[in-house]
Amino acid sequence: MKIGLDVGSTTIKCVVLDGADKIVYSTYERHFSHILEKSEELLRRVAEKFVPGGRAHLAISGSAGMGMAEDAGVPFVQEVFATRVAANKLAPGTDVIIELGGEDAKILFLTNGLEVRMNGSCAGGTGAFIDQMATLLKMTADEMDGAAQAAEKTYTIASRCGVFAKSDVQPLINQGAKATDIAASIYQAVVNQTIAGLAQGRPIKGNVLYLGGPLTFSKCLRDSFDKTLGVAGNCPENSLLFVALGAAFYSDQSFDLREVADRLRDRGAGQTYRSQPPLFENQAEYEAFQARHAMARVDRAPFGPDYAAPVHIGIDSGSTTVKVAVIDQEARLLFTDYRPNLGNPVPLIRGVLQQLYDEHPALHVASVTTTGYGEELAKNAFHGDYGVVETVAHFTAARHFLPNVDFIIDIGGQDMKCFKIEDGAISNIFLNEACSSGCGSFLQTFAQALGHDVKDFAQLGLFADRPVDLGSRCTVFMNSSVKQAQKDGASVENISAGLSISVVKNAIYKVIRAASPEELGRNVVVQGGTFYNEAVLRAFEKEMGVEVIRPDIAGLMGAFGAALCGRSKAAPGQTSALLGREALANFSQETESRVCGLCGNNCQLTVNTFAGGETFVSGNRCDRPVTGKAGSGERNLYAYKRKLILSYKPVPGRRGKIGIPLCLNMWELLPFWHTFFTKLGFAVYHSPLSSRDLYLKGQATIPSDTACFPAKLAHGHIQFLSKLGLDAIFYPCMTYNLDEGLGDNHYNCPVVAYYPEVIAGNCPEIKDTQFIYDYVGLHRPKDFTRKITEILRRHFPDITKSEVREAGDAAYAEYAHHMAQVRKEGARIMGQARAEGRRIIVLAGRPYHVDPEVNHGIDTLITRFGAAVVTEDSVSGLVDKFPTTVLNQWTYHSRLYAAARYCVEHRDCDLVQLVSFGCGVDAITTDETQAILQAGGKLYTELKIDEITNLGAVRIRLRSLFAALEEQE
Amino acid sequence: MEALNYPKFTPEMKRTHKILIPNMAPVQFRILAAVMEQAGYTCELLENCGSQVSELGLKYVHNDTCYPALLVIGQFLDALASGKYDLDHTALIITQTGGGCRASNYIHLLRKALVKAGYPQVPVVSLNFSGLEKDSGFPMTLPFLRRLLAVIYYGDLLVALRAQTEPYEVRKGDAERLQEKWLDTICGWIHQDKGWTNREMKGAMPVIAREFAAVPVRRVPKVKVGVVGEIYVKYSPLGNNDLENFLRSQDCEVNLPGLMGFVQYCAYNPSETARLYGGTFLEKHVSDFVLKYIEGMESVVIKVLRDNGYHAPLPFRELIRLTDGVISTGDKMGEGWLLTAEMIELVRAGYENIVCAQPFGCLPNHICGKGMINKIRELYPQANITPIDYDPSATRVNQENRIKLMLAVARERLAERAPEAEVPRRIAAERPAPERLRSRAGAMV
Repeated sequence: MKIGLDVGSTTIKCVVLDGADKIVYSTYERHFSHILEKSEELLRRVAEKFVPGGRAHLAISGSAGMGMAEDAGVPFVQEVFATRVAANKLAPGTDVIIELGGEDAKILFLTNGLEVRMNGSCAGGTGAFIDQMATLLKMTADEMDGAAQAAEKTYTIASRCGVFAKSDVQPLINQGAKATDIAASIYQAVVNQTIAGLAQGRPIKGNVLYLGGPLTFSKCLRDSFDKTLGVAGNCPENSLLFVALGAAFYSDQSFDLREVADRLRDRGAGQTYRSQPPLFENQAEYEAFQARHAMARVDRAPFGPDYAAPVHIGIDSGSTTVKVAVIDQEARLLFTDYRPNLGNPVPLIRGVLQQLYDEHPALHVASVTTTGYGEELAKNAFHGDYGVVETVAHFTAARHFLPNVDFIIDIGGQDMKCFKIEDGAISNIFLNEACSSGCGSFLQTFAQALGHDVKDFAQLGLFADRPVDLGSRCTVFMNSSVKQAQKDGASVENISAGLSISVVKNAIYKVIRAASPEELGRNVVVQGGTFYNEAVLRAFEKEMGVEVIRPDIAGLMGAFGAALCGRSKAAPGQTSALLGREALANFSQETESRVCGLCGNNCQLTVNTFAGGETFVSGNRCDRPVTGKAGSGERNLYAYKRKLILSYKPVPGRRGKIGIPLCLNMWELLPFWHTFFTKLGFAVYHSPLSSRDLYLKGQATIPSDTACFPAKLAHGHIQFLSKLGLDAIFYPCMTYNLDEGLGDNHYNCPVVAYYPEVIAGNCPEIKDTQFIYDYVGLHRPKDFTRKITEILRRHFPDITKSEVREAGDAAYAEYAHHMAQVRKEGARIMGQARAEGRRIIVLAGRPYHVDPEVNHGIDTLITRFGAAVVTEDSVSGLVDKFPTTVLNQWTYHSRLYAAARYCVEHRDCDLVQLVSFGCGVDAITTDETQAILQAGGKLYTELKIDEITNLGAVRIRLRSLFAALEEQE
Repeated sequence: MEALNYPKFTPEMKRTHKILIPNMAPVQFRILAAVMEQAGYTCELLENCGSQVSELGLKYVHNDTCYPALLVIGQFLDALASGKYDLDHTALIITQTGGGCRASNYIHLLRKALVKAGYPQVPVVSLNFSGLEKDSGFPMTLPFLRRLLAVIYYGDLLVALRAQTEPYEVRKGDAERLQEKWLDTICGWIHQDKGWTNREMKGAMPVIAREFAAVPVRRVPKVKVGVVGEIYVKYSPLGNNDLENFLRSQDCEVNLPGLMGFVQYCAYNPSETARLYGGTFLEKHVSDFVLKYIEGMESVVIKVLRDNGYHAPLPFRELIRLTDGVISTGDKMGEGWLLTAEMIELVRAGYENIVCAQPFGCLPNHICGKGMINKIRELYPQANITPIDYDPSATRVNQENRIKLMLAVARERLAERAPEAEVPRRIAAERPAPERLRSRAGAMV
């Protein structure tokens, strides 16, 4: 008999084969992380029922089986390898295997050179990811599959990692997109993720085999793969058991199964893992803690049926919940409501409002103020009086509890917000980036995965003796840390405490990046639903070494703060514009989702139509679908730069056609090279502005999925150019940039400098075209002519040096002219803004952040707030070189520091830094830029952008910035 | 911006301060410490490790900074907090290449972290060859440089000899003991200002190699694994979760290309830069002189290895040529073209199974590591390369699982190629190692 045991991240699988390799018994079950117990139990079961004498050949496989096999003295077979063994035997003739597991994604190329690919540590788990998404949609995995089959269209969801995708899905839910469409989009995201992350340029074709849980259970997922790959894949019998089968086929050593089970039991007893001190030493400590926090209570007043005094309503329509607070004129709390938003907050809010009307016939609503993600939607739907950005709402509420508050941290379901308060105004805001959203829903996801309700789960951790040390990174990493801890025998109690502590560490070290409690101030208010969790609260106090205030309405602070804002804004005797009883009763909402189509952005719009024909549009990046008018691009230097770049058109030439990809540094050097090659007699074609479609067309050839998005876009641009029938594509490597005299050196970052090497090494498209990617130095104009002549003559032997010299002179002149134009227009915009009393935002990034697909329309968004937008390179020349605390060695980043200095010197200028996810250089520049700004008393705002960016979060940041600036004045 | 007024390392401090050295390459750096001591410095090679090192790093350095920076800075802070050192008489030393990668900024991040952590008085010394940090640089005298080269020659030789002996030794521990013995001997020589001249090394190296060659071994076919990567995570057990020991425990022969290659690469680049973009005659040829000088000893190391039946690395001049048609030698940030060349060299030398180690989000490795794997596979279909990311939270399980996948393929190929009786029939399935080699406190020596 042969037995294969496959211990995966979420499930355990076992097969028993007889002498003829026929399956006698097989099982596939979830192990809820009780890996050792479950394996032990399974082995005993198998030994008793199916293995006469208790001895059989045994091999273990699976990601969680590794250490276990070692300690039990049983051979371990790496799971991908086991899959291959099984496939060779059971499905001969297979070319490619796609296997998705609980947390792993794998592609095996079997023919024409064996290759096996597994997802990198960043790529997130697919099965777990689908589960997480299903939870978000309030569906089971089966229901989601069913729903997806009824989909009419798909939305774009980030395909890189679960956490990113989650922050795309949440706004879709909030905007009322259909669950069926979202479900289908999730499967498509998994497909994109698998292909982009694992195929890496190698085509998937021939006989494709689908294995593993998600592909077995979801027809829609299989269909999405089929459609995207253009194949008809096959999901074979026993598709869940291939790894276990492979292990069984491979087993060649006989074991007494009961002995192995005994060893597993012993191992469970003697395990250690990295732990930290318990949250509470004893019951007394816990009671003192509870008593202290019980004091932070808001004043309440009775709210009887005949209540007739004016009330103020605050509605916080958050990412996962809806909260309502009603207060009286004295700011006493009358009523609260808190519920999950179930994907659409509107009917819930309506229900609460109706309840208020019904229970209080004489209700006099003086003001209604909305806040949170769904602020605009709620305000429009119900005719609220005021909208307030959530940071301000939270600050207002916190100040009510602690007038001298100097630090607020709010951990909600999906997001985390922290702000520092100086001189009564918000001086610094920290929001979690998409990558570190280890918040409330994070704990919930883990609680569910471990088979607990989130409340009980947190409670479990309070008295854990040795909480697991899980570090402080993103959910995906956390999954594998938890897995490891479980393997090492950590109890659920200790894992629960460990997770609570990690949420806190994540907040402190990832989001706030504080080094010491003193930095955060001593008067701290913590809020958000997650702080109801006493383990998190305790962990926060312990980690920071301060006693904090947690209001008894910690989860309602947004709504309470909004109501307070309304109270202070409302005129005496005012009556709110809120829909009346009747209007509310007749209220209806229809949601339609459509592509705007008025410009190349093709925004996915969600149009809500309410009773009375009023509409509310969301998902738009500009006002065009609302007002019908195109943004004029005025007050926006980004728009001007795009216009300049796109004005370079091909001029037919005698030497043929040459292409330039409009990516990375070409966003600045196009004027140079266009002029240069045009003078040399080439028609110069450049790729268009990036788009989602262009990116997807190139994504299969990206070798490193953690490179920054602007670099990854290069693949799409090359793909585009390769279809134009050009004589050559020109994209040089450039170690050095031009020296603008602002820094200690003038490098390009490694990615900008050498990305053409990656293109040459990975894009099959360039095989049909001459790809010129030699090393070129524009920083030495004198040498340039000679060097570039040598390079070009290798491809076009008739080019002469004198021609090149002339072309080079013209190119340098054109580049200087281009930069001068940008500076001139920048000066004009700033001059006009000053005359009109507008704020000036220096939206500081790199030249390629001008690409709308890279910046996601953030430039336009800022102008919609009434401010003027200029670029870092339009002001950097106005500052003299100054010393920095870091090595100032990259040209683009020198501009950034100079721009920050400029903002410090100009009262009406503020800097917003665009940071591409994965930009290692920006780990250094952000801190330095922040230091420069803060030393000059300026606010620092960092916007992290990636393949997909949640503009909702960006909007909150920007509005908070503007609100803070106003308050400062 | 108080970090602008950081304390300088003044010549007087040579007498008053103890210099702490981060432990990047345990073997080579031990000899380095001896050289510094011989030059009159008091120094100590840091051995502290454990979770608090990366935690301190995370606490005081931007979390998206590369892992080596977090670790090196964390290790320093952990040492300073230990109470073992007189904080007013302690200095730190850190290397700086001055290239276009983030690594040139480590020193500044370290200084910022020192201020933040409450050690503003601790000076940081920059060990660089680029003329950076004029006021706090380590005085690079020619005799000192000459001894540094000896450090690396001896170190690389000892690493190579042990790596190629240990997997096959009949008595466990022979090669390790021998390496330890020679490290002690060499450090002893250095302290007496001996053993570092060409003549002395030419005399000593064959003796060392012969002793290793005399270790009783049983040469059975084993999986040969090469390790390349970002220099810190490539060498430092603290940075790579003790990768070398893990691979050894998996019954592999491990080849870490030497530190000398990196030195030669750094020496080569200035002239290559001048050749690519223009420069004076001197700029174009200064590298040739340095490389020529190094070549003298390089050939000795190679000969000694070959004479004793060991695999020797390619001479640098030939290594450069391996990049032809794959990557330009103009890629000079981080490990640049050298990393690609090393992978090719390893594949060609039979170390076709490669771990390409880099910190998560390492910028240069997007290009010269992950970006080149496809091309290398095209040219050398036998290449079995797995890129592994290192990061404070990347778990060992995940990394080891990926490495095991690479090893499973390697074992299968080995079994196909060498069907002798000595290779177990089903070598692709792992046997649990009898006693798993666990490292002691990060020390591989």
